Amino acid sequence: MLPAIIILVVVVVVILFIVGIYNGLVTRRNRVDEGNAQIQVQLKRRHDLIPNLVNAVKGYMDFEKSVLVTVTEARGNAISAGSQGIAAQAQAENALTGALKSLFAVVENYPQLKANENVLSLQEQLTTTENQISFARQHYNATVLDFNNSLQTFPNVLIAGPFGFTKREFFEAEPEAAEVPVVNLG
Amino acid sequence: MTATFYSEESANRRNSILLIFVVIAFLAVFGFVIGFSIGYGTGNEVAFGIAALAIAVGIGVIQALFSYYGGDKLVLASSHAREIGPEQAPALYNVVNEMAIAAGVPMPKVYIIDDPSPNAFATGRDPQHSSVAVTTGLLQKMNREELQGVLGHEMSHVRNLDIRFTLFVGVMVGSIALLAGFFLRYTFWFGGGRRGNDRDGGGGGLAIVLLLVGLVMAVLSYFFGALVQMAVSRQREYLADASSVELTRNPHGLESALAKLAADNEPLHSVNGATQHLYIVNPLKKLGGGASLFSTHPPIVDRINRLRQLTGDAPMDPAEMRQLKGLE
Repeated sequence: MLPAIIILVVVVVVILFIVGIYNGLVTRRNRVDEGNAQIQVQLKRRHDLIPNLVNAVKGYMDFEKSVLVTVTEARGNAISAGSQGIAAQAQAENALTGALKSLFAVVENYPQLKANENVLSLQEQLTTTENQISFARQHYNATVLDFNNSLQTFPNVLIAGPFGFTKREFFEAEPEAAEVPVVNLG
Repeated sequence: MTATFYSEESANRRNSILLIFVVIAFLAVFGFVIGFSIGYGTGNEVAFGIAALAIAVGIGVIQALFSYYGGDKLVLASSHAREIGPEQAPALYNVVNEMAIAAGVPMPKVYIIDDPSPNAFATGRDPQHSSVAVTTGLLQKMNREELQGVLGHEMSHVRNLDIRFTLFVGVMVGSIALLAGFFLRYTFWFGGGRRGNDRDGGGGGLAIVLLLVGLVMAVLSYFFGALVQMAVSRQREYLADASSVELTRNPHGLESALAKLAADNEPLHSVNGATQHLYIVNPLKKLGGGASLFSTHPPIVDRINRLRQLTGDAPMDPAEMRQLKGLE
């Protein structure tokens, strides 16, 4: 009788232990998903704001249509990359960030644009969206690091594999130095 | 997302509960002593004591519940803060949103205080029920980067539940001070007279002892409360500064914001002893001498030097400090 009780107690303890680890992993995975959802919201918002900005500045910028074309193309690429996984999406979105930086640099050369209420408001909205994207990415990457670490450490590593927890990808930031915007003052 | 932030959060949860129990225990003892003294000579001292104890504990529980559910509204109302939306101050609203995203907490409500003295605070019971308030002076004097640093500081108070603990500290410490004040008055006004026409000498001695004990406790609790309020918030400010940099990834924004806050010597109008510990810089006395026992905030020079340690910059030299103070 006694050995049966001991075995029962051990089994219950082991099960509780596994449940605890499993729940911890699920909580962390949910944080990662939440972080990713946050990035997607901000990216969507940026995609929606860009056509407004392009329309607002189009009339003033006769000489530098190419900048606008680049931005519009980068936006299209970014939207279609949304379904191709985190790495591809991050790359396309970084290209869009670079194109927008060039556009804002060009806007600096047009005093009429800088005085335009509508453009100013769009500029503030895009500035904050850019910041929100980078902060959302920062937060997402922190949750991914936390989740991946917890997958690889003992004893979680024993549970993670059998229950199908797999590592998540980071949303890589653009290499800052590689994309200094080239502005044609011609 | 670091381990420190989670441990801060659970420490605040634990300390909030602990504080409530300690305060209620204090109130219980006080209540008993007061009741015993009031009932002295009636032959029912203990009954009086227990009745007053029950009343005091009841008051403590109501206060705890009130500060948990309505303390933030009280703080905001007493600071004359008004809520704003994205239309009234787009840049402020956006920066708050950015910092909320960086901290991974829901967007807090945003308030503005009409006051030329630059300052800011956060309050609430948890990140889901939180508010940040900034003065119009802060909005005028800070650029976007500095605003980010200040709001990153406030958002880390929200994220690690400092807001809950400081809310309790404000209301509970305030209530202890109130009770101690009441008790002192009672002792001086009635205690003396009662002892004068006392009928039996031995009992009078006991009453005097009780009154003295009560008196000492009243004074002690007042100082204890003030010390907790102050010591506790100083460490919090250093931590929130560091967490702000963790969120913004930009130590220079907060550093230059602190320098501007130090340089401004205009006192904030709508502030009192129960809310001063909430602000990013002490709204009553700017740039006080050293880190004295009774200051709610560490000196700004120390805070700037700690930020400089993060970037590896040299600490402020005497010339820089003079310049900072000269700007006053």
